[in-house]
Amino acid sequence: MSAVLAADPLLGGDIDLTVVLIVIAKTVVIFALLLVLVMFYIWFLRKVIADMQNRVGPDNAGPWGILQTLADGIKFFFKEQSIPDTADRWVFRLAPYLSVLPAFLAFSIIPIGGKVSIAGHQTYLQLADPPIGVLFLLMMSGIGLYGVMLAGWASGSKYPLLGSVRASAQLLSYEAAFGLSVVAVLLHSGTLSTRGIANAQAWTSWHSFVTDWYWSVAIVSFVIFVIAAVAETNHPPFDLVEAEQELVGGFHTEYTGIRFAIFFLAEFMNVITMSAIAVTLFLGGPSGPALGFLPKTGVVNVWLMPIFWFFLKLMALLFGTVWLRASLPRLRYDQLMDLGWKWLIEISFLAVMVTGVVVVARDQGWERWIAVPAAFGGAIVILGLLRMCMPRRDEPVSEVV
Amino acid sequence: MPEAVLFFIFGALALAGALGVVLMRNPVHSALCLVGVLISIAVLFVIQDAQLLAAVQVIVYAGAIVVLFLFVIMLLGVDRHESLHDPVKSQRPLAIGVGVVSVAAFIVLGNANWTSGDLASRGVVSPAGTNNVKAVADSLFTTFLWPFELTAVLLVIAVIGGVVLARRSHLPARDELHELEEQDSEVQDSEVPDSEVPDS
Repeated sequence: MSAVLAADPLLGGDIDLTVVLIVIAKTVVIFALLLVLVMFYIWFLRKVIADMQNRVGPDNAGPWGILQTLADGIKFFFKEQSIPDTADRWVFRLAPYLSVLPAFLAFSIIPIGGKVSIAGHQTYLQLADPPIGVLFLLMMSGIGLYGVMLAGWASGSKYPLLGSVRASAQLLSYEAAFGLSVVAVLLHSGTLSTRGIANAQAWTSWHSFVTDWYWSVAIVSFVIFVIAAVAETNHPPFDLVEAEQELVGGFHTEYTGIRFAIFFLAEFMNVITMSAIAVTLFLGGPSGPALGFLPKTGVVNVWLMPIFWFFLKLMALLFGTVWLRASLPRLRYDQLMDLGWKWLIEISFLAVMVTGVVVVARDQGWERWIAVPAAFGGAIVILGLLRMCMPRRDEPVSEVV
Repeated sequence: MPEAVLFFIFGALALAGALGVVLMRNPVHSALCLVGVLISIAVLFVIQDAQLLAAVQVIVYAGAIVVLFLFVIMLLGVDRHESLHDPVKSQRPLAIGVGVVSVAAFIVLGNANWTSGDLASRGVVSPAGTNNVKAVADSLFTTFLWPFELTAVLLVIAVIGGVVLARRSHLPARDELHELEEQDSEVQDSEVPDSEVPDS
């Protein structure tokens, strides 16, 4: 049991009342932070898309319409909740919670700041730092699938069922590429712990942006991670799960009131969590330049600057997701499957192998300018050979029907 | 102390879930109970400091295998009025007998002293403070590399076997197939390799 907790210096020593209170406070803060972030993100999304489409967007509730999401949330609370006659009542009620809980839990492993001291105790600004770190994220994304799947099945009607079957197929397909794209970072950092990965990308000087952050050394994996993460969160252009023209609302067609709102919350929370994970794995997490004219151990540089950098990067990625939503049309189903199975999985496999060569070359002191291009070249040749073996779209598939 | 409390809570949950798997009428409810069992056991693994095992348990079993179960149940549809009539008459007494024997075996083997000295079912997987993932990786990629690679080959064979079987079931029945083949032989001769068509 002790090894689970010892990663954070807070829990390494004796656990007294103060420590328990700090942990509870951190839990509450993370919970509230996520809810506020979701509220903010939905407003931000609507405003930015409105700008991109030459509209005004929400502007009635509060200054610049910033309270619109709160108003929507309150409305959802007071709406009637209906359960279809054909529904499986037990599973129908359970499903929204199955999709929102993993979304909450996954955020707990994100390091949002540096090492600080609260009431005489040293602690990391993150809720949990389990030694299995990134695997915990994969666990949560695996469990999150149940919410969508069961919601569709339990609704007892056709469109939700179709939506959830699509969702399961899509999430299972992209889970492989998603998991493989994380491996490159793990190979480079040599640890699974999110705190360890963030520390490995610590800011040392201005060139850290390229030399220490993993987006550059694992660029291929970064691109695949972003695509797979967008698909994993059912975000446009991969939102076939709730394609309105084909499926009404997809898996949540039969949901009303607060149960629908919970799905809505889970979906946006997943987008935020995935962006935060991308920041942690590839963009240095909370690392960034400190303010040189202030003392290095002062409150600003220890507390505020890491949090500032983390949220700046998070906002940049969230803006990217909004941009995607505003500009890309939805993929066709066969395009989705082609991209996942025929491109992303094989490229991420090759990227893992190339990363293996790069890491071994680094550890063994091989000539870097020979080993790395050789590995890349080999990977490209293998990819080309694989592509040649696959049936092309315009060729008839050799199958007797 | 917290270990003991957690053990009793999640042990009880695992047992309740296991009963649910067997007793629920609806296969989807059974599958959900199975997920509960798997997650409870993952918590028990964490209590034993086997975090990697817990993660693998949830990712592979709860996150993939039961999802596939559900997928199949959803696609085939749930038959609520499943008949309890047993086509194999001796199945029930046999199942009870096998159940009793395996419970007895668990109790006996769990309390037996093994040649390694300690009780088989107790003890921490890796000593506190060491990295569980690293310990498993070390033994998997050094001592047990050969069995590990063989397992990988076995899995690939299983996947290919599955694909071959699934493809065959989509093809028309054998007699129709031969007719179709004769009809299409001029057109598709160059495109259909022999290995694609189930022979014999």
